[in-house]
Amino acid sequence: MSSRGSASAPVVCFALGTLSAIGFAVSYGFDLSTPYLGLTSGLAFAFIALGLALWASSIDKAEPEYVEEREVGPTPSSEFEAFHRALTTSPIPRARLLWSMLGVSFGAVGLAALFPLRSLFPNPGGSPDKLLATTAWHKGRLMTTEEGIYIRPDDLETGSVMTAFPEGYDTRIAEAATLLIRVQPDELVLPPSRQDWVVDGIVAYSKLCTHAGCPVGLYAQESHLLLCPCHHSIFDVLRGAQPVEGPAAHPLPQLPLGVSENGFLMAEGDFSGPVGAAWWGYES
Amino acid sequence: MGRRALRKADDRLGYASIARTALGKIFPDHWSFMLGEIALYSFLILVVTGVYLTFFFEASSALRPYTGSYAPLHGREASGAFASTVELSWDIRGGLLIRQAHHWAAHIFIGSIVLHLCRIFFTGMFRKPRELNWVIGVALLALGIFNAFAGYSLPDDLLSGTGLHIFYSTVEAVPIVGSWLTFLIFGGEFPGRFIIERLYPLHIFVLPAVIAMLITAHMGILIRQKHSHFPGPGRRDSNVVGSRVWPAYALRSLALLCAVTAVTFLAGGLAQINPVWVWGDFRSSTILSPSVADWYIAWVEGALRLFPPIELHLLGFTVPNQFWPAVLLPGLTFAALWAWPWIDRRITGDRGTHHLTGRPREEPMRVAIGVAALTFYGVLLIASGEELLVEWSRWPIGTIRAILRTAVLSLPFLTGAIAWWIARRLRDTGAEGALSLSASQLLVSHVARQTAEPTAVEDGAVTVTEVDAVSDLEKASAGRPLTEEPAWIGPTPEEEG
Repeated sequence: MSSRGSASAPVVCFALGTLSAIGFAVSYGFDLSTPYLGLTSGLAFAFIALGLALWASSIDKAEPEYVEEREVGPTPSSEFEAFHRALTTSPIPRARLLWSMLGVSFGAVGLAALFPLRSLFPNPGGSPDKLLATTAWHKGRLMTTEEGIYIRPDDLETGSVMTAFPEGYDTRIAEAATLLIRVQPDELVLPPSRQDWVVDGIVAYSKLCTHAGCPVGLYAQESHLLLCPCHHSIFDVLRGAQPVEGPAAHPLPQLPLGVSENGFLMAEGDFSGPVGAAWWGYES
Repeated sequence: MGRRALRKADDRLGYASIARTALGKIFPDHWSFMLGEIALYSFLILVVTGVYLTFFFEASSALRPYTGSYAPLHGREASGAFASTVELSWDIRGGLLIRQAHHWAAHIFIGSIVLHLCRIFFTGMFRKPRELNWVIGVALLALGIFNAFAGYSLPDDLLSGTGLHIFYSTVEAVPIVGSWLTFLIFGGEFPGRFIIERLYPLHIFVLPAVIAMLITAHMGILIRQKHSHFPGPGRRDSNVVGSRVWPAYALRSLALLCAVTAVTFLAGGLAQINPVWVWGDFRSSTILSPSVADWYIAWVEGALRLFPPIELHLLGFTVPNQFWPAVLLPGLTFAALWAWPWIDRRITGDRGTHHLTGRPREEPMRVAIGVAALTFYGVLLIASGEELLVEWSRWPIGTIRAILRTAVLSLPFLTGAIAWWIARRLRDTGAEGALSLSASQLLVSHVARQTAEPTAVEDGAVTVTEVDAVSDLEKASAGRPLTEEPAWIGPTPEEEG
């Protein structure tokens, strides 16, 4: 390829790159859609890249390979010793003590600097283990939908499911999200102590998967199974939300249900255990 | 550039001699040496596109009305983070392009680091003297994954919010201090009130700054040690053969930068990624189905799905189920990666200094371990898309999970053994590659070693000249043409014996 020939292809590429860049400016100016912006900007860089690659490859053809020596191995030991002496020799005595004490003081400053991390914890504080073990539910707290509407038992037909929160609760906090599921009362197989936790066949379980905390968002009405879309743990609604498949190792906590004087659903206490995933201080 | 300007600057700085040396520095040529460069360039793109995004993104968990033009969200109260992400995607001209380019560049960044790591692993270039750069590289991978996860969480959409909840449960599972650590990060029970505000400075400043510093150290060490090169005529541990920085290498590298940018922007403009307005804003009691994570974190998701439902109660503590797949597995993964140069030294007994890259076949056991590990994480990645297998096969989830559990424990041994066998056959037959092995070569064990040589030099004279004067920095580091015949003829050069 002649020297003129090897330059012409990159020149064409750079010209096309320039045109694409103008195309981008025009597309932006006319408020064209994202694909045009992407295509024009992408092509500008693509043409420039191609031109550069052709240019570099013609240089490669014209040039030999080059070799450069590489210093292998350590510095001669006399030079290293000289360096080490220069580093460690002190013009004044008791340098070792000075260095040690300087180290101690830096360490102390470092540790002291950790104290403001305390401000990142919730305020008011307290043991996370206690906060994690309880939720906003307590005896007599009324239930609402996410929109804040009170719930009557009749709002749920048999086979239906609804997410409920404590009255006046910030629904963006996950812990109190509760699933209300209405089934045929005689199908339920609950422990004797939970017989009166059910209202008209409505059972309430925590919505947070006991595996990794995702909302257990899918309910198979026919089989009465709850499925978590994250890691596919499956819980049996009729049997106290025991895990039947997947990685979850303990049941969804159950919430004791009651009815207020006005006929609205309310909690009769907190969940039967901590909601969401387990942690090292978890006690079921 | 103007000669006068260069001269004036030299009057003041006296740089010409150093710059002359730098221009003559030699970089070896091989496509696989570009993987690390792709990571570097995608990082640059991430910084530039990321800065643009910060002009429009509001790092706020506080609710405010959505005011953009996307009709389904009209009148909806959402966090500033979510609302501003949708607004910058729909109403800022070029905003969606930059946001999508940023997301694609993150995939390219981590993907090229992983491929770069594989290249280094299989050619043994973590060995002395490059152990430190290996350690830095693994740290860059860890930081890259963490920062990608942080950035993915910032839009406060339904998909990433679910990911954050899993992250929250994962931190809870850290031994003993998990609950305290969780509250330290989130400032309270999930999702806290400040997580967006806390992730933001980490994502846009702290982590990128650390990444930039480590990249600087990584490249400083690279320049000091000089790049490794593949064996070939005239190539030894004591030299480096390739192109000069100026102009050949610089133009080629600039071409790569432009190519990576081109791919990023073409993808950003033409391929939709993470349309958060489709997922909706985050509500902690709601979830998308299916919920699938980005690939660089999905191997942990796969492990979370496959690990059996075990919850231990020991000495008054509960060992949560997610501890094993989400805390221990990633911890061991990165511990093993960091320790690999020293583990490898024990397996191979190789303590020598290497500047010539090994061929993978030279260490069949290393190849076997590498292939087994890739298989293991590959199966975990597949497990993170379980629902697609269920949909495709129509088998129940339990069956699919049983198959994947079996595969993740058995396939690595199978592929590792096959890789070990092929590497040994390649080593013993000297065949070009696995595909050029004939059936008999796979069986016959005693064939004379003959290595196919990469043809690097076309003409030849006698021997490689020794270094004229190593102490003469300028002469030694400004490359000279390689015109001599290799010092050895025939088999692979064996410098370290």
